[in-house]
Amino acid sequence: MKQASIGAATALVLMAFAHGAQAQTIYPINRAEILSGASFDFKVEFPGAPAADAVKITINGQDPAALFGKPGNFVRNEDGLDHSAYIIRGVKVTKPGAYTVEAKNGASAAKVGWEVFGNKTPKAAKNVILFIGDGLSIAHRTAARILSKGIVEGKYGGELAIDDMPYMALVSTAGTDSIVTDSANSMSAYTTGHKSCVNALGVYCARNKNTLDHPKVETLGEIAKRHGMAVGVVTNTEIEDATPAGMVAHTRRRADYNDIVRMFFDVKPDVIMGGGSPNFLAKSTPGSRRTDETDYIKAFEKDGYSFVSTAAEMKAASGKATKLLGLFNTGNVDGVLDRIQLKKGTVGRFPDQPDLTDQVRVSLDMLSKNRKGFVLMVESGRIDKYSHSLDAERAIYDTIMLDNAVRVARDFAKKRGDTMIVVVPDHAHPVSILGTYDDARGATPREKLGVYDEAGFPNYPVADANGYPPSVDVSRRLALNFGSYPDWCFNAKPYLDGENVPAVAGPERGKFVANEKYCTAPGAVRIEGNLPTTSNSGVHVGDDVLLTAMGPGAAKFRGRIDNTTVFRVIAEALALGAR
Amino acid sequence: MAISPALAAPERLGFSGLYKSFGVRGLEFSDRVRALAGSEIALDGYMAPPLKAESNFFVLTAEPMALCPFCQSDADWPVDIVVVYLRRTVSLSDAGARIGVQGRLEIGSWTDPESGFVSQLRIVDARYAAR
Repeated sequence: MKQASIGAATALVLMAFAHGAQAQTIYPINRAEILSGASFDFKVEFPGAPAADAVKITINGQDPAALFGKPGNFVRNEDGLDHSAYIIRGVKVTKPGAYTVEAKNGASAAKVGWEVFGNKTPKAAKNVILFIGDGLSIAHRTAARILSKGIVEGKYGGELAIDDMPYMALVSTAGTDSIVTDSANSMSAYTTGHKSCVNALGVYCARNKNTLDHPKVETLGEIAKRHGMAVGVVTNTEIEDATPAGMVAHTRRRADYNDIVRMFFDVKPDVIMGGGSPNFLAKSTPGSRRTDETDYIKAFEKDGYSFVSTAAEMKAASGKATKLLGLFNTGNVDGVLDRIQLKKGTVGRFPDQPDLTDQVRVSLDMLSKNRKGFVLMVESGRIDKYSHSLDAERAIYDTIMLDNAVRVARDFAKKRGDTMIVVVPDHAHPVSILGTYDDARGATPREKLGVYDEAGFPNYPVADANGYPPSVDVSRRLALNFGSYPDWCFNAKPYLDGENVPAVAGPERGKFVANEKYCTAPGAVRIEGNLPTTSNSGVHVGDDVLLTAMGPGAAKFRGRIDNTTVFRVIAEALALGAR
Repeated sequence: MAISPALAAPERLGFSGLYKSFGVRGLEFSDRVRALAGSEIALDGYMAPPLKAESNFFVLTAEPMALCPFCQSDADWPVDIVVVYLRRTVSLSDAGARIGVQGRLEIGSWTDPESGFVSQLRIVDARYAAR
């Protein structure tokens, strides 16, 4: 009996596999929630090379070409591969409702369902400010609260702005391909409402060879511009990095930085601020990363943008400029701990980089002039980067900076009552507060670590007016530990000489070894990695993340939601559907 | 691949002396680099993980690369890299190690015909040795 049921289960699994391997794939995928009027590419991929008249596709029983009002194109052996594609690019559905898409190829049939959603009237919000804490996990939040507000007898000395919001939801971040996501895929869910796969922005991951040919879905930046709204994209990472790029980009490969710069230029957000200037420079300029001779700084200037490269220039431009391009570093803008205290990283080369709070102030001044409202995306992006590099203090300080930036936006929104604020991580890191490291207890991390009552409280000096303790180099420190790591050396001390680089490329191609630089430090221990040797740093995890929100329309954030729902709540609040 | 002591002592450069300005609008070569273009120079740095194990082409960086750029993308390269073209194809077994490179300094934009890699600063006809 037992054996028989196992046999039946196996047969079922095999059948499902055989079906999956042969069936056609329809994009947008099953259970897609599509904003009415939003543009997307409709694509069906058939295995092999069936004749055009052997395949039949219907949407609610209708020919797609008739429904979309555009002719379909059938490509046998697309890109020379063993599949064929029916595609209509740049289509939209304006009528809300349920849609069933069926694709038949002889005896083989595939079926998906879409929900097209429209506007809720009257529209709830005029503006939306979307804050992304890249990689922001619960422990970062708790650590920022401990350092920033202090804790006595188990109670905090104040609230973080990111915590002090009326609405909260648990957000699941998985993509179409994996339970663990990256910043491209996850941002794409927030800006398009469609799930996608690791490394992809504004596209479904189909079989196309060219990274720019995958079926596209319209982004929040494009949709807001289409409705005449102002758009701001503000970060402290390279502006081409996945999170900011998610506002404008369509590519299967987030590393297509040069194409992403062009996409920024095509969409033309009114405010663009971050690092990453080399991909804006003509190839012949030393320091350029472009492969063509286009000078995009000049192109933006020609288009009416004021270009700024320092905090002082940014502040000076804020009263006058109508459109702003700010590039403050060749790479990422330095983290706040380096900028205000340690003066490491690239602070020597770029001494006047703006703080995220100032970027938000300038953006709000400029964008709020638009009568039709605005969408501003603000990313504190190095919480993630410093968590990859296992650099706890820098990650915590950039979480405090995120909180300060949210406070600026909250003050703006409170005065107006027409602005929704959403604060959401894009994915989690495996970080946890294990206790404290006390130098008085010993030399190595194990000896220094206090757990349970032995942890007590850390002894950081009281934070300054901006919420930053004036020093991280104290004798009893927060043990914010990382659950994933390559081979590395660790001595439970803050990295006062610059960001941690836990592992470096080893002699064997594609494999990483401990960075010996740290192995001889006092108290350092060599830790064998728990990640594949191909990992050079910590990794993302599949945990849910915490969203907080305030303002009109935000009450829909509750319970557990998929990351795609963040887009839907924003789109409904702003009535971004077909009007 | 030891550097022959018989050769005339090359002008020694350091990564910190390659550029006189380092801004978001681009980098500006130092006067010394401009003056030494076309001359024999020596520069120490780290061999980045190469594109191919057997090659005459690799990237020299100021610090050991935490990333394996050819494994992922060129988006993560530091901007002050130096491209090295060796005299002949060899087995590049020193990835990640500190090395000394000697060869002729070349400046100006150049796109590698094989890899499409764009460089501004190169050491050509080069040899290297472990440091």
